[in-house]
Amino acid sequence: MSETVDSSSGGEVRDTGDASARVTTTGVIAAPEVASGSRWSPKRIALVLLVAAVVVFLAAKAADDLGRFLVVTLNGLSLAALFFVVASGFTLIFGLMRVVNMAHGSLYLLGGYLALQMQESWYQPEEGGGGLGLSLGGTDDTVYSLAAWVLPLIVATVIIGVIGVLLQQVFLRWNQGQDLRQALITIAISVIFADQMLAEFGGISKDIKPPTAWPDSISLPGGSGFGFFRGVVVIGAALAIGLGLWLLIKRTRYGKIVRAGVDDRDMVSALGINVQLVFAGAFFIGAMLAGFGGVLGGTMLSLQPGEDTSFLLNSLIVVIIGGMGSLGGAAIGALALGLVDAYADVYLVFGGTDLTNYSILVTFALLVGVLAVRPLGLFGRPA
Amino acid sequence: MTPVSTGRASWIAVAVVVVVAALMPVTPFITEYFLSQILTQTLWLGIAAASLIFLSAYGGMVSLAQVGIYGIAGMAYANLVLADGGSAAAWNPWLALVAAILIGTAAGLGFGLIAARSEGIYFLMITLAFSVLVFYFFSQVTQLAGFGGVNSVELPGFLGNPGQDPVPLYYTTLVAAVLVFLALRGISRTAFGLTLQGVRDEPARMRALGFDVTRHRMLAFGLAAVIAAIAGVLSVWYNRRITPGSINLAQTIDILIIAVIGGLYRLEGAWVGALAYMLIDNYSRDWTPSIGNVLGPERFNTLIGIVFLIIVLASPGGLVGLWESATGRLRRRRQGGGGTPRSTSTAGPEGDPAAGTVK
Repeated sequence: MSETVDSSSGGEVRDTGDASARVTTTGVIAAPEVASGSRWSPKRIALVLLVAAVVVFLAAKAADDLGRFLVVTLNGLSLAALFFVVASGFTLIFGLMRVVNMAHGSLYLLGGYLALQMQESWYQPEEGGGGLGLSLGGTDDTVYSLAAWVLPLIVATVIIGVIGVLLQQVFLRWNQGQDLRQALITIAISVIFADQMLAEFGGISKDIKPPTAWPDSISLPGGSGFGFFRGVVVIGAALAIGLGLWLLIKRTRYGKIVRAGVDDRDMVSALGINVQLVFAGAFFIGAMLAGFGGVLGGTMLSLQPGEDTSFLLNSLIVVIIGGMGSLGGAAIGALALGLVDAYADVYLVFGGTDLTNYSILVTFALLVGVLAVRPLGLFGRPA
Repeated sequence: MTPVSTGRASWIAVAVVVVVAALMPVTPFITEYFLSQILTQTLWLGIAAASLIFLSAYGGMVSLAQVGIYGIAGMAYANLVLADGGSAAAWNPWLALVAAILIGTAAGLGFGLIAARSEGIYFLMITLAFSVLVFYFFSQVTQLAGFGGVNSVELPGFLGNPGQDPVPLYYTTLVAAVLVFLALRGISRTAFGLTLQGVRDEPARMRALGFDVTRHRMLAFGLAAVIAAIAGVLSVWYNRRITPGSINLAQTIDILIIAVIGGLYRLEGAWVGALAYMLIDNYSRDWTPSIGNVLGPERFNTLIGIVFLIIVLASPGGLVGLWESATGRLRRRRQGGGGTPRSTSTAGPEGDPAAGTVK
């Protein structure tokens, strides 16, 4: 059954390619180079021009105020790093198992809340300074050691990984291949999770405290400062995770099996590999990445109801842009989304008219633009 | 792949339901609260769910963009008439109604243009992204809505004040629901509807036969957008306000839950699911056991999530599917195993599958 679905969707991609070629050639009598490559279809030319215009626009802004441009760019990069961490788990699970885990945002938020809970209950009594424990006015004198951040991070990440495996084993394992049903199941789970988290942790925005020993900000060449945690820790963590995942996928036996499984699941299991174990492992890693992202995001941004939706949407957009199941695609997609978000929030001011309210339209345009040219995303391949 | 059954309920059953529904306002034990709070809401939520079910049953596309489209239409209406907040353009409500439906449909066609090229789970994800983007758009753009939304929206004169007399609005939504149901059923029998079902089952073959698969999907999406836009305007008429919070992901999922509870493969399921949802919503608080913080009157979403989960796990056809398999089994037992279950006969132009159930 799944094979017929695969072949038909594969056929579709080829057909749409042909169709666009046919459309471009109908008007022109003989244009073999257009038909053969369809490399310079009007759509693509329009897209290239648009990207060029955006680059020129940004370059002008950078020349205008370099310090500000650097801050905005770093902002975008740190957002992109966070998006990548979360979305890479999402895309890993999808790539291998064709499961769209709609509860991914819930796992993200739960990871953050768990870490916060641990930090508060384990480390709160540690008073710092001269024992002036009174922190009435919001200035928190509590000193958090490195362990007060790292330990909750590790424990929460592992717990979320285990929860992910449990979800997969209990709810998803026995209806493999029914992708729509699995998506509905994970939606139901995300509804329950969201409500339970609201009951347990309340609706107030909270955040995880980074270690007190870490500096608040780093100084940039332009003379302005930028948050140390955002700029160094989050981006560094994302690079490390990207590298780690790349090594895992490309260099280990497990990675080989995963890559083979992405291409042909049935063949892998026919070769005597316990594919269920591989699936459980992928779900473990994928969920862990969501939980890890939750702790990073809870420290960098905040934790509150609605963040689960927001990060589900971000993950969706990242993988739709980058192509489902592709790690490189997730990186490119996260970069595109993060930078576009950051630039659109600041630079949509033309003369006197402030259009930053409409910044979400730019994100939408990014999504539509990519889908118009590549229906399966930049690095997407037919299922 | 999925248990598609687009056989039809009998005309008589539909007529009975409509007559019973029409008599509701004069039935002695039906309170005004029940009429307004449950039945009217059931009808317009059912219309929204019907647009989703139409796409899923006849087009094989589970779309989560329907709430986005109904949000666009609702916001368009609320902004065009006299209201508190938004742009308050103070148009004639009828003109605003037409404009809102046109805007919603145009948005739907635009979404369809992009999304129709993808299939299955990709389609679900892209439409979900659309819907959430619409929500963020209206939360950000304070000129159109902003956090507080648009309040005290003007209604067409004949509706009076639904807060005092809910009957005119009830009949309006009832008429709209019946028209939507009949229209969608009628469309499923046209050449377009039949082609659409062909596209649902065998896109590759339909393409080989020369049908433009993408265009059919897009048109179906546009058609569903009309229905969703109607639901959007009705929701504004019912609530007299629209906020970004009422078109967020939770609402998107609620409409999906309604469609799944009712049954993703039958149009009637939309209203069955909506009624079940509204009844659970209103009465579950009385009997939900309190288990600490985990379950209780406050935790409606947990309860509805569990119900949703159970239905997805147990009966992909929803309540209508359960009913069908139950009656099908009963009929087969009565006829000594001779009768074919109706769910196998997909909607064709000929034949009257109702004949079996009447009698």
